Amino acid sequence: MTLLRVENARCQFGSLVAVNDVSMIVEPGELRAVIGPNGAGKTTFFNLISGYLPPTAGRILLDNQDITAMRPHARVAQGMARTFQITEIFPELSVRDNIRIPVELAAGHRLRPFISMQDRAAVAQSADRLLEISGLTRKADRLAGELSHGDQRAAEIMMALALKPRLLLLDEPTAGMGDQETYDITQLIRKLHKDQKLSIVLIEHDMRVVFHLADRIMVLAEGAVLAEGTPKEIAANQAVQTAYLGTAA
Amino acid sequence: MNPANRHLTLAGIWLVLLAMPYWLPFVGGYTELGSRVVVMALAAMALNFLLGFTGVLSFGHAAYFGLGAYAAGMTIKYLVPSTLLGILAGVVVGTLAAMLIGALIVRLRGVYFAMVTIAFGQVFYFITFRWNAVTGGDDGLTGWQRQPIDLGFTTIDILGNDKAFYYLVLLFFALAAGAMALILRSPFGRTLLAIRENERRARFLGIPVERHIWISFTISCCFVSLAGALYALLNNFTDPRALRWDQSGNFVIMAVLGGMRSFWGPLIGAAIFVALQDYVSSHTENWMSVIGLFFVLVVLFFPRGILGIRRRKEAS
Repeated sequence: MTLLRVENARCQFGSLVAVNDVSMIVEPGELRAVIGPNGAGKTTFFNLISGYLPPTAGRILLDNQDITAMRPHARVAQGMARTFQITEIFPELSVRDNIRIPVELAAGHRLRPFISMQDRAAVAQSADRLLEISGLTRKADRLAGELSHGDQRAAEIMMALALKPRLLLLDEPTAGMGDQETYDITQLIRKLHKDQKLSIVLIEHDMRVVFHLADRIMVLAEGAVLAEGTPKEIAANQAVQTAYLGTAA
Repeated sequence: MNPANRHLTLAGIWLVLLAMPYWLPFVGGYTELGSRVVVMALAAMALNFLLGFTGVLSFGHAAYFGLGAYAAGMTIKYLVPSTLLGILAGVVVGTLAAMLIGALIVRLRGVYFAMVTIAFGQVFYFITFRWNAVTGGDDGLTGWQRQPIDLGFTTIDILGNDKAFYYLVLLFFALAAGAMALILRSPFGRTLLAIRENERRARFLGIPVERHIWISFTISCCFVSLAGALYALLNNFTDPRALRWDQSGNFVIMAVLGGMRSFWGPLIGAAIFVALQDYVSSHTENWMSVIGLFFVLVVLFFPRGILGIRRRKEAS
Protein backbone atom coordinates (compact mmCIF):
# COMPACT_ATOMS: atom_id res chain seq x y z
CA MET A 1 0.00 0.00 0.00
CA THR A 2 1.61 3.19 -1.19
CA LEU A 3 0.27 6.50 0.10
CA LEU A 4 1.92 8.94 -2.25
CA ARG A 5 3.41 8.04 -5.60
CA VAL A 6 5.07 10.68 -7.74
CA GLU A 7 5.95 9.41 -11.20
CA ASN A 8 8.51 11.33 -13.25
CA ALA A 9 7.24 14.72 -12.20
CA ARG A 10 8.63 17.50 -14.32
CA CYS A 11 8.24 21.23 -14.01
CA GLN A 12 9.62 23.54 -16.62
CA PHE A 13 9.57 27.35 -16.74
CA GLY A 14 10.61 28.20 -20.28
CA SER A 15 14.06 26.66 -20.72
CA LEU A 16 14.59 26.27 -16.97
CA VAL A 17 13.86 22.79 -15.71
CA ALA A 18 13.08 23.28 -12.02
CA VAL A 19 12.08 19.69 -11.36
CA ASN A 20 13.49 17.09 -13.73
CA ASP A 21 11.68 13.74 -13.80
CA VAL A 22 11.56 13.22 -10.05
CA SER A 23 9.87 10.09 -8.72
CA MET A 24 9.09 9.39 -5.09
CA ILE A 25 7.17 6.79 -3.16
CA VAL A 26 5.94 7.46 0.38
CA GLU A 27 4.53 4.61 2.45
CA PRO A 28 1.79 5.16 5.05
CA GLY A 29 3.22 6.25 8.40
CA GLU A 30 6.53 7.28 6.87
CA LEU A 31 8.34 10.51 7.64
CA ARG A 32 10.21 11.53 4.52
CA ALA A 33 12.61 14.44 4.34
CA VAL A 34 13.49 16.19 1.12
CA ILE A 35 16.79 18.04 1.30
CA GLY A 36 19.07 19.75 -1.16
CA PRO A 37 21.02 22.96 -1.70
CA ASN A 38 19.23 26.24 -2.42
CA GLY A 39 17.60 26.21 -5.84
CA ALA A 40 17.48 22.42 -5.97
CA GLY A 41 13.75 22.53 -6.72
CA LYS A 42 12.48 21.33 -3.35
CA THR A 43 9.70 23.85 -2.97
CA THR A 44 8.70 23.53 -6.62
CA PHE A 45 8.49 19.78 -6.12
CA PHE A 46 6.24 20.43 -3.11
CA ASN A 47 4.10 22.75 -5.17
CA LEU A 48 3.59 20.00 -7.74
CA ILE A 49 2.47 17.56 -5.05
CA SER A 50 0.08 20.01 -3.36
CA GLY A 51 -1.35 21.36 -6.62
CA TYR A 52 0.01 24.90 -6.38
CA LEU A 53 1.66 24.37 -9.77
CA PRO A 54 0.61 22.00 -12.55
CA PRO A 55 3.39 19.61 -13.60
CA THR A 56 4.68 19.91 -17.14
CA ALA A 57 4.76 16.13 -17.27
CA GLY A 58 4.41 13.17 -14.95
CA ARG A 59 1.74 11.88 -12.61
CA ILE A 60 0.92 12.24 -8.93
CA LEU A 61 -1.12 9.53 -7.20
CA LEU A 62 -2.54 9.59 -3.70
CA ASP A 63 -3.65 6.15 -2.56
CA ASN A 64 -3.55 4.94 -6.18
CA GLN A 65 -5.88 7.73 -7.26
CA ASP A 66 -4.54 10.04 -9.95
CA ILE A 67 -4.71 13.58 -8.54
CA THR A 68 -2.47 15.24 -11.15
CA ALA A 69 -5.32 17.36 -12.54
CA MET A 70 -6.95 18.17 -9.21
CA ARG A 71 -6.96 21.72 -7.91
CA PRO A 72 -5.52 22.41 -4.43
CA HIS A 73 -8.83 22.50 -2.56
CA ALA A 74 -9.85 19.18 -4.10
CA ARG A 75 -6.54 17.62 -3.02
CA VAL A 76 -7.29 18.74 0.51
CA ALA A 77 -10.56 16.84 0.31
CA GLN A 78 -8.52 13.78 -0.69
CA GLY A 79 -6.52 14.05 2.52
CA MET A 80 -3.55 16.26 1.75
CA ALA A 81 -2.56 19.29 3.83
CA ARG A 82 0.47 21.54 3.66
CA THR A 83 2.26 24.42 5.33
CA PHE A 84 4.37 27.04 3.61
CA GLN A 85 7.95 28.18 3.84
CA ILE A 86 6.73 31.64 4.76
CA THR A 87 4.05 31.14 7.41
CA GLU A 88 0.54 31.45 6.03
CA ILE A 89 -2.05 32.05 8.74
CA PHE A 90 -5.01 34.39 9.29
CA PRO A 91 -3.22 37.24 11.09
CA GLU A 92 -6.23 39.31 12.16
CA LEU A 93 -8.24 36.42 13.52
CA SER A 94 -7.74 34.90 16.95
CA VAL A 95 -5.57 31.83 17.27
CA ARG A 96 -8.71 29.91 18.20
CA ASP A 97 -10.49 30.98 15.01
CA ASN A 98 -7.42 30.10 12.97
CA ILE A 99 -7.77 26.54 14.24
CA ARG A 100 -11.57 26.53 14.25
CA ILE A 101 -11.87 27.27 10.52
CA PRO A 102 -10.03 24.13 9.34
CA VAL A 103 -11.80 22.05 12.02
CA GLU A 104 -15.13 23.18 10.59
CA LEU A 105 -13.94 22.52 7.06
CA ALA A 106 -12.86 19.00 7.98
CA ALA A 107 -16.25 18.40 9.62
CA GLY A 108 -17.97 19.32 6.35
CA HIS A 109 -19.55 22.55 7.62
CA ARG A 110 -18.04 24.64 4.83
CA LEU A 111 -21.27 25.95 3.31
CA ARG A 112 -23.45 25.94 6.40
CA PRO A 113 -25.06 29.32 7.12
CA PHE A 114 -25.77 28.23 10.69
CA ILE A 115 -24.50 25.58 13.05
CA SER A 116 -26.26 23.64 15.80
CA MET A 117 -25.16 23.91 19.43
CA GLN A 118 -24.10 20.29 19.30
CA ASP A 119 -21.88 20.71 16.24
CA ARG A 120 -20.52 23.94 17.65
CA ALA A 121 -19.48 22.14 20.84
CA ALA A 122 -17.85 19.32 18.87
CA VAL A 123 -15.88 21.84 16.83
CA ALA A 124 -14.80 23.70 19.95
CA GLN A 125 -13.65 20.47 21.54
CA SER A 126 -11.50 19.48 18.54
CA ALA A 127 -10.04 22.98 18.39
CA ASP A 128 -9.21 22.93 22.10
CA ARG A 129 -7.46 19.60 21.73
CA LEU A 130 -5.32 20.91 18.86
CA LEU A 131 -4.50 24.04 20.84
CA GLU A 132 -3.39 21.85 23.70
CA ILE A 133 -1.14 19.65 21.52
CA SER A 134 0.57 22.73 20.16
CA GLY A 135 0.85 24.40 23.57
CA LEU A 136 -1.09 27.45 22.38
CA THR A 137 -4.04 27.14 24.77
CA ARG A 138 -2.99 30.17 26.83
CA LYS A 139 -2.63 32.29 23.71
CA ALA A 140 -5.86 31.11 22.07
CA ASP A 141 -7.64 34.46 22.30
CA ARG A 142 -4.79 36.56 20.95
CA LEU A 143 -4.62 37.59 17.33
CA ALA A 144 -2.54 35.10 15.39
CA GLY A 145 -0.52 37.93 13.86
CA GLU A 146 0.71 38.95 17.33
CA LEU A 147 2.30 35.57 18.09
CA SER A 148 6.02 34.91 17.91
CA HIS A 149 7.37 33.35 14.75
CA GLY A 150 7.66 29.94 16.38
CA ASP A 151 4.13 30.03 17.73
CA GLN A 152 2.79 31.09 14.34
CA ARG A 153 4.56 28.11 12.81
CA ALA A 154 3.03 25.80 15.41
CA ALA A 155 -0.40 27.33 14.72
CA GLU A 156 0.03 26.76 10.99
CA ILE A 157 0.96 23.12 11.52
CA MET A 158 -2.11 22.72 13.75
CA MET A 159 -4.28 24.27 11.05
CA ALA A 160 -3.03 21.70 8.57
CA LEU A 161 -3.50 18.98 11.16
CA ALA A 162 -7.06 20.12 11.88
CA LEU A 163 -7.94 18.96 8.36
CA LYS A 164 -7.23 15.39 9.52
CA PRO A 165 -4.91 14.75 6.59
CA ARG A 166 -3.56 11.39 5.54
CA LEU A 167 -0.48 13.15 4.27
CA LEU A 168 1.06 16.26 5.81
CA LEU A 169 3.47 18.35 3.75
CA LEU A 170 5.74 20.69 5.73
CA ASP A 171 7.83 23.22 3.84
CA GLU A 172 10.83 24.12 6.03
CA PRO A 173 8.99 24.04 9.35
CA THR A 174 11.98 25.44 11.29
CA ALA A 175 13.03 28.16 8.84
CA GLY A 176 14.17 31.32 10.60
CA MET A 177 13.84 29.91 14.10
CA GLY A 178 16.08 30.02 17.13
CA ASP A 179 17.42 26.89 18.81
CA GLN A 180 14.66 26.57 21.39
CA GLU A 181 11.89 27.11 18.83
CA THR A 182 13.51 24.64 16.45
CA TYR A 183 13.64 22.09 19.24
CA ASP A 184 9.97 22.67 20.15
CA ILE A 185 8.77 22.29 16.58
CA THR A 186 10.91 19.20 16.08
CA GLN A 187 9.37 17.64 19.17
CA LEU A 188 5.91 18.55 17.92
CA ILE A 189 6.50 16.93 14.53
CA ARG A 190 8.02 13.89 16.19
CA LYS A 191 4.98 13.58 18.43
CA LEU A 192 2.58 13.77 15.50
CA HIS A 193 4.55 11.18 13.61
CA LYS A 194 4.98 8.73 16.47
CA ASP A 195 1.69 9.14 18.34
CA GLN A 196 -0.71 9.60 15.47
CA LYS A 197 1.16 7.55 12.83
CA LEU A 198 0.84 10.55 10.54
CA SER A 199 2.57 10.36 7.18
CA ILE A 200 4.72 13.43 6.69
CA VAL A 201 6.88 14.79 3.91
CA LEU A 202 9.05 17.69 4.94
CA ILE A 203 11.57 19.97 3.35
CA GLU A 204 14.25 21.06 5.77
CA HIS A 205 17.53 22.91 5.85
CA ASP A 206 18.52 22.10 9.41
CA MET A 207 20.43 18.80 9.22
CA ARG A 208 20.02 18.10 12.95
CA VAL A 209 16.26 18.16 12.45
CA VAL A 210 16.39 16.00 9.34
CA PHE A 211 18.61 13.29 10.76
CA HIS A 212 16.68 13.33 14.01
CA LEU A 213 13.26 12.92 12.43
CA ALA A 214 13.35 11.28 9.04
CA ASP A 215 12.76 7.61 8.25
CA ARG A 216 14.06 8.17 4.75
CA ILE A 217 15.73 11.08 3.02
CA MET A 218 15.62 12.16 -0.59
CA VAL A 219 18.34 14.51 -1.82
CA LEU A 220 17.57 16.83 -4.70
CA ALA A 221 20.22 18.73 -6.64
CA GLU A 222 19.56 20.90 -9.67
CA GLY A 223 16.04 19.53 -9.98
CA ALA A 224 16.98 15.85 -10.04
CA VAL A 225 17.27 13.08 -7.47
CA LEU A 226 20.85 12.78 -6.30
CA ALA A 227 20.33 10.08 -3.70
CA GLU A 228 17.69 8.41 -1.61
CA GLY A 229 17.93 6.25 1.48
CA THR A 230 17.92 6.05 5.25
CA PRO A 231 19.66 8.82 7.21
CA LYS A 232 22.66 6.50 7.69
CA GLU A 233 22.99 5.77 3.99
CA ILE A 234 22.65 9.43 3.10
CA ALA A 235 25.26 10.47 5.67
CA ALA A 236 27.66 7.96 4.16
CA ASN A 237 26.89 8.83 0.54
CA GLN A 238 29.91 10.31 -1.20
CA ALA A 239 27.97 12.17 -3.90
CA VAL A 240 25.76 13.83 -1.32
CA GLN A 241 28.71 14.89 0.77
CA THR A 242 30.43 16.63 -2.07
CA ALA A 243 27.29 18.16 -3.59
CA TYR A 244 25.58 19.23 -0.45
CA LEU A 245 26.81 18.40 3.00
CA GLY A 246 30.36 19.33 2.15
CA THR A 247 29.48 22.82 1.01
CA ALA A 248 26.80 23.48 3.59
CA ALA A 249 28.67 22.29 6.66
CA MET B 1 -15.28 44.12 23.51
CA ASN B 2 -16.85 41.99 26.21
CA PRO B 3 -20.33 40.51 25.65
CA ALA B 4 -22.10 42.86 28.08
CA ASN B 5 -20.71 45.89 26.29
CA ARG B 6 -21.62 44.43 22.93
CA HIS B 7 -25.23 43.88 23.97
CA LEU B 8 -25.39 47.42 25.32
CA THR B 9 -24.03 48.85 22.06
CA LEU B 10 -26.47 46.78 20.06
CA ALA B 11 -29.41 47.90 22.19
CA GLY B 12 -28.25 51.51 21.81
CA ILE B 13 -28.06 51.27 18.02
CA TRP B 14 -31.56 49.83 17.73
CA LEU B 15 -33.00 52.34 20.20
CA VAL B 16 -31.56 55.24 18.21
CA LEU B 17 -32.89 53.78 14.96
CA LEU B 18 -36.34 52.99 16.38
CA ALA B 19 -36.77 56.46 17.81
CA MET B 20 -35.25 58.28 14.85
CA PRO B 21 -38.48 59.85 13.48
CA TYR B 22 -39.07 61.36 16.93
CA TRP B 23 -35.65 62.82 17.73
CA LEU B 24 -34.58 63.75 14.22
CA PRO B 25 -36.71 66.95 14.03
CA PHE B 26 -34.91 68.30 17.12
CA VAL B 27 -31.56 68.21 15.32
CA GLY B 28 -32.95 69.79 12.16
CA GLY B 29 -33.82 66.59 10.33
CA TYR B 30 -37.03 65.12 9.00
CA THR B 31 -38.43 61.61 8.69
CA GLU B 32 -37.59 61.20 5.00
CA LEU B 33 -33.96 61.97 5.79
CA GLY B 34 -34.04 59.19 8.38
CA SER B 35 -35.40 56.78 5.79
CA ARG B 36 -32.59 57.77 3.45
CA VAL B 37 -29.98 57.13 6.14
CA VAL B 38 -31.36 53.66 6.78
CA VAL B 39 -31.57 52.78 3.07
CA MET B 40 -28.03 53.99 2.39
CA ALA B 41 -26.79 52.22 5.51
CA LEU B 42 -28.30 48.98 4.22
CA ALA B 43 -26.54 49.43 0.89
CA ALA B 44 -23.22 50.29 2.53
CA MET B 45 -23.45 47.38 4.97
CA ALA B 46 -24.28 45.03 2.10
CA LEU B 47 -21.27 46.29 0.16
CA ASN B 48 -19.19 45.85 3.29
CA PHE B 49 -20.23 42.21 3.53
CA LEU B 50 -18.08 41.78 0.44
CA LEU B 51 -15.47 44.50 1.08
CA GLY B 52 -14.86 44.23 4.81
CA PHE B 53 -15.65 40.58 5.46
CA THR B 54 -14.58 38.85 2.25
CA GLY B 55 -11.84 41.29 1.26
CA VAL B 56 -13.15 41.92 -2.25
CA LEU B 57 -13.61 45.48 -3.52
CA SER B 58 -16.52 46.05 -5.88
CA PHE B 59 -16.82 49.43 -7.52
CA GLY B 60 -20.02 48.50 -9.32
CA HIS B 61 -22.55 47.85 -6.60
CA ALA B 62 -24.71 50.72 -7.83
CA ALA B 63 -25.62 48.50 -10.79
CA TYR B 64 -27.51 46.13 -8.49
CA PHE B 65 -28.81 49.01 -6.37
CA GLY B 66 -30.18 50.57 -9.57
CA LEU B 67 -31.53 47.30 -10.93
CA GLY B 68 -33.42 46.85 -7.66
CA ALA B 69 -34.75 50.39 -7.95
CA TYR B 70 -35.84 50.06 -11.58
CA ALA B 71 -37.30 46.59 -11.15
CA ALA B 72 -39.35 47.78 -8.18
CA GLY B 73 -40.53 50.93 -9.97
CA MET B 74 -41.30 49.19 -13.24
CA THR B 75 -43.17 46.38 -11.52
CA ILE B 76 -45.43 48.89 -9.80
CA LYS B 77 -45.77 51.07 -12.87
CA TYR B 78 -46.31 48.42 -15.55
CA LEU B 79 -47.31 45.15 -13.85
CA VAL B 80 -48.95 45.20 -10.40
CA PRO B 81 -49.52 48.19 -8.15
CA SER B 82 -48.11 46.41 -5.10
CA THR B 83 -45.29 47.74 -2.95
CA LEU B 84 -44.23 44.34 -1.62
CA LEU B 85 -44.22 42.70 -5.06
CA GLY B 86 -42.18 45.64 -6.29
CA ILE B 87 -39.59 45.06 -3.57
CA LEU B 88 -39.56 41.34 -4.32
CA ALA B 89 -39.05 42.00 -8.03
CA GLY B 90 -36.21 44.40 -7.23
CA VAL B 91 -34.41 41.85 -5.09
CA VAL B 92 -34.93 38.99 -7.55
CA VAL B 93 -33.71 40.97 -10.57
CA GLY B 94 -30.70 42.41 -8.76
CA THR B 95 -29.71 39.05 -7.30
CA LEU B 96 -30.05 37.17 -10.58
CA ALA B 97 -27.93 39.76 -12.38
CA ALA B 98 -25.30 39.47 -9.65
CA MET B 99 -25.26 35.67 -9.89
CA LEU B 100 -24.67 35.87 -13.62
CA ILE B 101 -22.09 38.63 -13.65
CA GLY B 102 -20.44 37.32 -10.51
CA ALA B 103 -19.85 33.96 -12.16
CA LEU B 104 -18.00 35.73 -14.97
CA ILE B 105 -15.71 37.83 -12.83
CA VAL B 106 -14.84 35.95 -9.60
CA ARG B 107 -11.55 34.76 -11.02
CA LEU B 108 -10.29 38.34 -11.08
CA ARG B 109 -8.61 39.93 -8.09
CA GLY B 110 -7.94 43.34 -6.65
CA VAL B 111 -7.96 46.25 -9.03
CA TYR B 112 -8.95 44.06 -12.00
CA PHE B 113 -12.06 42.91 -10.19
CA ALA B 114 -12.92 46.50 -9.26
CA MET B 115 -12.43 47.69 -12.86
CA VAL B 116 -14.66 45.00 -14.31
CA THR B 117 -17.40 45.69 -11.78
CA ILE B 118 -17.31 49.36 -12.87
CA ALA B 119 -17.55 48.28 -16.51
CA PHE B 120 -20.59 46.07 -15.90
CA GLY B 121 -22.15 48.84 -13.85
CA GLN B 122 -21.76 51.28 -16.71
CA VAL B 123 -23.40 48.80 -19.09
CA PHE B 124 -26.56 48.90 -16.98
CA TYR B 125 -26.26 52.66 -16.62
CA PHE B 126 -26.27 53.17 -20.37
CA ILE B 127 -29.16 50.77 -20.89
CA THR B 128 -31.36 52.75 -18.50
CA PHE B 129 -30.03 56.01 -19.91
CA ARG B 130 -30.78 55.15 -23.53
CA TRP B 131 -33.86 52.98 -23.37
CA ASN B 132 -36.23 55.95 -23.15
CA ALA B 133 -39.45 54.15 -23.97
CA VAL B 134 -39.23 51.80 -20.99
CA THR B 135 -36.98 53.42 -18.41
CA GLY B 136 -37.77 57.06 -19.04
CA GLY B 137 -34.14 57.64 -19.99
CA ASP B 138 -32.35 60.62 -18.49
CA ASP B 139 -35.60 61.96 -16.98
CA GLY B 140 -35.93 58.90 -14.82
CA LEU B 141 -38.79 56.53 -14.16
CA THR B 142 -41.80 58.61 -13.16
CA GLY B 143 -45.56 58.22 -13.06
CA TRP B 144 -45.77 55.69 -10.24
CA GLN B 145 -45.74 55.73 -6.48
CA ARG B 146 -45.53 53.32 -3.57
CA GLN B 147 -48.84 51.71 -2.72
CA PRO B 148 -50.55 51.23 0.62
CA ILE B 149 -49.86 47.80 2.08
CA ASP B 150 -53.01 45.75 2.57
CA LEU B 151 -52.57 43.27 5.41
CA GLY B 152 -56.12 41.95 5.18
CA PHE B 153 -57.34 43.24 8.51
CA THR B 154 -55.84 46.67 8.09
CA THR B 155 -54.12 48.84 5.52
CA ILE B 156 -50.86 50.64 6.16
CA ASP B 157 -50.68 53.97 4.40
CA ILE B 158 -46.98 54.18 3.65
CA LEU B 159 -47.54 56.85 0.98
CA GLY B 160 -49.11 59.60 3.05
CA ASN B 161 -47.53 58.65 6.36
CA ASP B 162 -43.79 59.24 6.38
CA LYS B 163 -43.33 57.48 9.70
CA ALA B 164 -45.13 54.34 8.54
CA PHE B 165 -42.80 54.15 5.54
CA TYR B 166 -39.77 54.73 7.76
CA TYR B 167 -40.71 51.75 9.89
CA LEU B 168 -41.28 49.60 6.81
CA VAL B 169 -37.76 50.49 5.68
CA LEU B 170 -36.40 49.81 9.16
CA LEU B 171 -38.12 46.42 9.22
CA PHE B 172 -36.38 45.37 6.00
CA PHE B 173 -33.12 46.82 7.28
CA ALA B 174 -33.43 44.79 10.48
CA LEU B 175 -34.14 41.57 8.58
CA ALA B 176 -31.22 42.15 6.22
CA ALA B 177 -28.78 43.17 8.96
CA GLY B 178 -29.84 40.20 11.07
CA ALA B 179 -29.36 37.81 8.16
CA MET B 180 -25.91 39.21 7.35
CA ALA B 181 -24.81 39.07 10.99
CA LEU B 182 -25.96 35.45 11.28
CA ILE B 183 -24.17 34.44 8.09
CA LEU B 184 -20.96 36.11 9.24
CA ARG B 185 -21.02 34.17 12.51
CA SER B 186 -21.55 30.83 10.76
CA PRO B 187 -18.97 28.37 9.43
CA PHE B 188 -19.62 29.73 5.94
CA GLY B 189 -19.06 33.28 7.22
CA ARG B 190 -15.73 32.23 8.72
CA THR B 191 -14.60 30.87 5.35
CA LEU B 192 -15.17 34.39 3.99
CA LEU B 193 -13.01 35.87 6.76
CA ALA B 194 -10.41 33.24 5.92
CA ILE B 195 -10.40 34.35 2.28
CA ARG B 196 -10.06 37.99 3.35
CA GLU B 197 -7.20 37.19 5.69
CA ASN B 198 -5.15 34.93 3.47
CA GLU B 199 -6.44 33.60 0.18
CA ARG B 200 -3.63 31.13 -0.34
CA ARG B 201 -4.05 29.64 3.12
CA ALA B 202 -7.82 29.43 2.57
CA ARG B 203 -7.33 27.59 -0.71
CA PHE B 204 -4.92 25.12 0.86
CA LEU B 205 -7.33 24.45 3.69
CA GLY B 206 -9.72 23.16 1.05
CA ILE B 207 -11.94 26.18 0.42
CA PRO B 208 -12.92 26.60 -3.24
CA VAL B 209 -12.17 30.30 -3.04
CA GLU B 210 -13.84 31.42 -6.28
CA ARG B 211 -17.11 29.70 -5.43
CA HIS B 212 -17.20 31.27 -1.98
CA ILE B 213 -16.45 34.74 -3.33
CA TRP B 214 -19.24 34.23 -5.85
CA ILE B 215 -21.71 33.36 -3.10
CA SER B 216 -20.56 36.32 -1.03
CA PHE B 217 -20.90 38.64 -4.03
CA THR B 218 -24.42 37.34 -4.65
CA ILE B 219 -25.48 37.79 -1.02
CA SER B 220 -24.00 41.27 -0.97
CA CYS B 221 -25.77 42.29 -4.18
CA CYS B 222 -29.04 40.75 -2.98
CA PHE B 223 -29.13 43.17 -0.04
CA VAL B 224 -27.90 46.07 -2.16
CA SER B 225 -30.79 45.51 -4.58
CA LEU B 226 -33.16 45.45 -1.60
CA ALA B 227 -31.75 48.84 -0.63
CA GLY B 228 -32.20 50.02 -4.23
CA ALA B 229 -35.84 48.94 -4.29
CA LEU B 230 -36.50 50.76 -1.01
CA TYR B 231 -34.69 53.83 -2.34
CA ALA B 232 -36.95 53.97 -5.40
CA LEU B 233 -40.01 53.64 -3.16
CA LEU B 234 -38.71 56.37 -0.87
CA ASN B 235 -38.46 58.82 -3.76
CA ASN B 236 -41.36 57.44 -5.83
CA PHE B 237 -38.84 57.85 -8.59
CA THR B 238 -35.56 56.54 -9.89
CA ASP B 239 -33.14 57.70 -12.53
CA PRO B 240 -29.97 56.40 -14.20
CA ARG B 241 -27.76 58.10 -11.62
CA ALA B 242 -28.80 55.38 -9.17
CA LEU B 243 -26.64 52.93 -11.13
CA ARG B 244 -23.80 55.19 -12.19
CA TRP B 245 -20.25 54.52 -11.04
CA ASP B 246 -20.17 57.53 -8.72
CA GLN B 247 -23.05 56.02 -6.74
CA SER B 248 -20.92 52.88 -6.35
CA GLY B 249 -18.13 55.13 -5.13
CA ASN B 250 -20.45 56.68 -2.57
CA PHE B 251 -21.17 53.25 -1.09
CA VAL B 252 -17.47 52.55 -0.81
CA ILE B 253 -16.92 55.95 0.84
CA MET B 254 -19.68 55.25 3.38
CA ALA B 255 -18.20 51.86 4.25
CA VAL B 256 -14.63 53.11 4.56
CA LEU B 257 -15.69 56.27 6.41
CA GLY B 258 -17.48 54.32 9.10
CA GLY B 259 -14.96 51.52 9.33
CA MET B 260 -15.03 48.54 7.02
CA ARG B 261 -13.75 46.04 9.56
CA SER B 262 -16.75 46.61 11.77
CA PHE B 263 -20.26 45.40 11.10
CA TRP B 264 -21.96 48.68 12.07
CA GLY B 265 -19.28 50.99 10.69
CA PRO B 266 -21.06 51.53 7.35
CA LEU B 267 -24.20 52.60 9.24
CA ILE B 268 -22.21 55.40 10.88
CA GLY B 269 -20.57 56.21 7.55
CA ALA B 270 -23.93 56.37 5.77
CA ALA B 271 -25.43 58.57 8.49
CA ILE B 272 -22.54 61.04 8.24
CA PHE B 273 -22.60 60.96 4.45
CA VAL B 274 -26.34 61.53 4.13
CA ALA B 275 -26.43 64.19 6.88
CA LEU B 276 -23.49 66.09 5.36
CA GLN B 277 -25.01 65.81 1.92
CA ASP B 278 -28.34 67.15 3.17
CA TYR B 279 -26.84 69.98 5.19
CA VAL B 280 -24.04 71.11 2.89
CA SER B 281 -26.03 70.83 -0.32
CA SER B 282 -28.49 73.40 1.04
CA HIS B 283 -25.58 75.86 1.21
CA THR B 284 -23.52 75.01 -1.83
CA GLU B 285 -23.77 72.93 -4.96
CA ASN B 286 -20.26 71.65 -4.36
CA TRP B 287 -21.23 69.53 -1.36
CA MET B 288 -19.16 66.66 -2.69
CA SER B 289 -15.95 68.62 -2.11
CA VAL B 290 -16.76 68.92 1.59
CA ILE B 291 -17.50 65.20 1.86
CA GLY B 292 -14.34 64.48 -0.12
CA LEU B 293 -12.23 66.57 2.25
CA PHE B 294 -13.81 64.91 5.27
CA PHE B 295 -13.17 61.50 3.71
CA VAL B 296 -9.51 62.31 3.07
CA LEU B 297 -9.05 63.45 6.67
CA VAL B 298 -10.65 60.31 8.07
CA VAL B 299 -8.59 58.01 5.85
CA LEU B 300 -5.38 59.89 6.71
CA PHE B 301 -5.86 59.98 10.47
CA PHE B 302 -8.15 57.03 11.14
CA PRO B 303 -7.39 54.48 8.42
CA ARG B 304 -9.76 52.00 10.05
CA GLY B 305 -12.70 54.38 9.88
CA ILE B 306 -14.65 56.09 12.60
CA LEU B 307 -15.50 52.91 14.49
CA GLY B 308 -11.85 51.95 14.18
CA ILE B 309 -10.90 54.77 16.56
CA ARG B 310 -12.77 53.16 19.42
CA ARG B 311 -11.21 49.79 18.79
CA ARG B 312 -7.73 51.23 18.81
CA LYS B 313 -8.36 52.88 22.15
CA GLU B 314 -9.57 49.58 23.55
CA ALA B 315 -6.45 47.82 22.39
CA SER B 316 -4.05 50.33 23.90
